[in-house]
Amino acid sequence: MAVTVRIPTPLQKLTGDKAEVNASGKNVQELLADLDRQFPGFKDRLCDPDGKLRRFVNIYINEEDIRFLKNEQTSVKDGDEISIIPAIAGGC
Amino acid sequence: MTFIRGLRCRECAREYPAKALYVCEYCFGSLEVDYDYAAISRKLSRQLIESRPPNIWRYKELLPIDGEPSVGFHTGMTPFFKAHNLGRALGVKELYIKDDSVCHPTLSFKDRVVSVALSRAKELGFETVACASTGNLANSVSALSAKAGFKRTIFIPADLEAAKIIGSLVYAPRLMAVEGNYDEVNRLCAEIGTHYKWAFVNINIRPYYAEGSKTYGFEVAEQMGWKAPQHIVVPAASGSLLVKIWKGFKEFYKLGFLEEPTCRLYAAQAFGCHPIVTAIEEGSDIIKPVKPKTIAKSLAIGNPADGYYAADAIRETGGWGAAVTDEEIVDGIKLLAQTEGIFTETAGGVTVAAAKKLIEQKKIPRDESIVVCVTGQGLKTQEAVQDHVGKPIRIKPNLSSFQEHVKDN
Ligand SMILES: Cc1ncc(COP(=O)(O)O)c(C=O)c1O
Ligand SMILES: [Zn+2]
Repeated sequence: MAVTVRIPTPLQKLTGDKAEVNASGKNVQELLADLDRQFPGFKDRLCDPDGKLRRFVNIYINEEDIRFLKNEQTSVKDGDEISIIPAIAGGC
Repeated sequence: MTFIRGLRCRECAREYPAKALYVCEYCFGSLEVDYDYAAISRKLSRQLIESRPPNIWRYKELLPIDGEPSVGFHTGMTPFFKAHNLGRALGVKELYIKDDSVCHPTLSFKDRVVSVALSRAKELGFETVACASTGNLANSVSALSAKAGFKRTIFIPADLEAAKIIGSLVYAPRLMAVEGNYDEVNRLCAEIGTHYKWAFVNINIRPYYAEGSKTYGFEVAEQMGWKAPQHIVVPAASGSLLVKIWKGFKEFYKLGFLEEPTCRLYAAQAFGCHPIVTAIEEGSDIIKPVKPKTIAKSLAIGNPADGYYAADAIRETGGWGAAVTDEEIVDGIKLLAQTEGIFTETAGGVTVAAAKKLIEQKKIPRDESIVVCVTGQGLKTQEAVQDHVGKPIRIKPNLSSFQEHVKDN
């Protein structure tokens, strides 16, 4: 499955300043693995040493927070849009 | 002269320059302003603070700007007083209200954070400011940026209360009403922020903005006679105000202005959106996001940025939290109005109702000092109470019509 992933500023150094990249996989976990293949070090930044998504990283599929779906097991399909967004933002 | 040393990640302690950055590149942790406390301590004293005009900048050494502020010269030093009537109604001995329903210029505590954010944005060279808001922040950024001379684009959820919309539009910002809830507006703004060189006060300027909330705590301590209360009930949306009130008390202690504070912090949230209270009640390490459904729109953040830190501060101090229903919120607004003569918005109704609940549950003892944080103005959320406050008695302009309706004297 090929999807578009929007990259937050803090990770753009890894993607060669690209704000949007393509990745493939059938769920979020596989997408992250693919991103790590394309951009070595990517996964270390998003996940803690146990491989779990860091608590200050939010991932959205077509605008929906994956924590309302099936977290890293959420499946993705062709054409989905994925956003990776730092959690530390906002305040009414 | 600046007392800012830089920004530092709250998670991994990596250091960054004091620019428009808000998130650690390595671990996505929150960046916080780091000050030179030794230098501040040589300069700042209680006497110096007391000698200054009654606004938030009396604490300016503890606020993150390098030079002089550009707005907020009438913001802060809002009323603080012993609320005898409300105290009696709640059955407690020593209850105080800190009343930001009359904060200048837009009638919520947001004028504090925005004054700091815009002063810093000016120093960082921005021409345009922006924010994602549940209403109060929108009002404050709209007004203060008009004064400070910024271009501005403000994002709000489309379904806000009329007064919060008009209370932004009158200052002529570009107001974007997003078809979605606050969390969606916020996510959108985080994405927009990567494409525009704007100062988003609660995103890339957030480390500076958030520091403004400390002044609410500084004032409580100063106005209590340089001490912290034993208990303080704080409305929580992102959780930032709660975290920063606690930081403010700790800074005053560090500088020798207070004895070591033993203050317990309590989060007040609406039942229809209480991710922070849930984490406290369940003793959970994670903050589970929720989809908000409450009349307390100003507190309707289902995915609170400072949720973890708020929960940490509550646990560290031995506090607790309470979630209240929409009906309890309306009752809280009316109780405050009818005992203390203060009309607060839904967030204030949440706080009063949560204080009542925490006292009834014996989480807060009846014989210790309690501060209730009133942070916004009732005229902005009239929809919440309009069907619950009765109606005027309509009469003809003559004595008999009056007497027909009024039997007592
Ligand atoms: C009136 C009022 N009180 C309290 C809050 C909560 O602020 P925080 O996001 O710092 O928890 C808000 C946020 O909009 C508010 O408008
Ligand atoms: Zn970090």
